[in-house]
Amino acid sequence: MIRLIKIRAFFIEIGELTYFTRRFLKELFSKPFEFKELLRQCYYIGNKSLLLVGVTGFIIGLVITLQTRPTLEEFGAESWMPSMVSISIIREIGPVIIALTFAGRIASGIGAELGSMRVTEQIDAMEVSGTNPFKYLVVTRVLAATLMLPILVILGDTIALYGSYLIENSKGDVSFLLYFNKVFNSLTFGDIIPATIKTYFFGFAIGLVGCFKGYYCKKGTVGVGLAANSAVVFSSMLLFVIDFIAVFVTDIFFET
Amino acid sequence: MHEAKHIQNTLETLISKKRMLEIKDLKKAFGDNHVLNGFNLILYEGENLVIMGKSGSGKSVMIKCLVGLMEPDSGSIKIMDRNLLALNQVELDELRTEIGFLFQGSALYDSMTVRENLEFPLRRHTHKFGNITDTTQLVEEALESVGLVHAIDLMPAELSGGMKRRIALARTLILKPKIILYDEPTSGLDPITSKEIIELMRNIQKQYKTSSLIITHDVDCARVVSERMILLVDGINYAEGTFEELKASKDEKVKAFFK
Ligand SMILES: Nc1ncnc2c1ncn2[C@@H]1O[C@H](COP(=O)(O)OP(=O)(O)OP(=O)(O)O)[C@@H](O)[C@H]1O
Ligand SMILES: [Mg+2]
Repeated sequence: MIRLIKIRAFFIEIGELTYFTRRFLKELFSKPFEFKELLRQCYYIGNKSLLLVGVTGFIIGLVITLQTRPTLEEFGAESWMPSMVSISIIREIGPVIIALTFAGRIASGIGAELGSMRVTEQIDAMEVSGTNPFKYLVVTRVLAATLMLPILVILGDTIALYGSYLIENSKGDVSFLLYFNKVFNSLTFGDIIPATIKTYFFGFAIGLVGCFKGYYCKKGTVGVGLAANSAVVFSSMLLFVIDFIAVFVTDIFFET
Repeated sequence: MHEAKHIQNTLETLISKKRMLEIKDLKKAFGDNHVLNGFNLILYEGENLVIMGKSGSGKSVMIKCLVGLMEPDSGSIKIMDRNLLALNQVELDELRTEIGFLFQGSALYDSMTVRENLEFPLRRHTHKFGNITDTTQLVEEALESVGLVHAIDLMPAELSGGMKRRIALARTLILKPKIILYDEPTSGLDPITSKEIIELMRNIQKQYKTSSLIITHDVDCARVVSERMILLVDGINYAEGTFEELKASKDEKVKAFFK
């Protein structure tokens, strides 16, 4: 019985999220546009996650290289290192892990921020002053997350590759030029473009879920905590679903 | 004799005064919780109407229906001769600039300074004042009417409860509304600060010539500001009259308010 109620609540939530998405799309293309607030949010979101993404990327690069190296050495295939590492980072590990840290930082931040604005009636106050709060708060944040995540992922990937190069250099004395030559020789557009497109969807999902949870936050301070928390959980889950679909679609279009 | 005079008074107001706001048979329920069961109200131009009711009697629900934050189950709401429930979003936003709403908890935007708080309602509605690009003058004017010009660059977190309430009032004044709705303007404030806020409300009514609907359960506040009162009990307008009339009432439920 309890399980049934939970399943029902889950589908209701999906329905509400769909409705929320529709409203987002409708308001996205209707005037007036909140350019100034959008820029502010982009700066804020990017700035807030910059350090986190940098550190995460660097560690991904170090760890993957350190762990893959012994296996390749066994086969005497260390020279494959750059291409192997770069493909796995660019295609999958970079986008997914960076998006997950981004979700932890941004979805929870947006959820808590909008949640507390809802609870203290600030969103209602915007509404009654005749300034569409959905446009001002939601559209700008979702758009900012969608635009910033791909940039952050590209940055994180680059730092990860640099980290990988540092390890390679210390172990096998590979020069910077040689390393990145190998990297770019092994990467194709079929690796880079689908991976970048999917990060736009990741960013969109993270922004959307964060706003959704915050905007419909339940009254009370407990509600704010819950909104922040479930924003992270829900958006992380959604990331994997999107990732699966993306890999599936990429497989059809690029791997024949 | 007394009755006849009362009827005459009522008739006079009916004929001479414009109706700013009219609620008819308003009903609203949350599941089994029937909050409003047919509430009626008329607010005339320039008057101070006080609505009193116990905590949880549905005062906030009623006032939220008036600005379209909640949708009533049935009933009609007319604001300045326009049917609120039939308006589209653009018309509703337009009408909302004519109505000021003071929230129970002030509801200042806590990520913005006082100045930005006041400028926020202006961002969409500057056409109301012609095409002014410099909003500073309007902001200062509104702050002056609440006596807090010096707080212009502070953040809401740096203000006391009473100051927050004043800034919130300034924010509703900045669009020069014709009607102001006060949701518990004195709740959570000490008696002295409450008096100041009440004084402010009276000054604002004189200065801006607004009609006000004041929700409260503070008897002192009701006594000082009200010209007419409505008691909200069991989801209906249970009793109506001036403060003195209601205070003299023999009805048990009415008497309970004045203990
Ligand atoms: N969004 C909502 N969902 C469900 N029930 C609600 C909602 N808002 C209000 N209620 C219920 O409506 C009733 C009236 O609430 P309301 O906030 O209008 O009271 P109030 O008269 O303003 O009280 P107070 O003086 O404490 O502010 C309460 O029983 C409350 O539980
Ligand atoms: Mg209330």
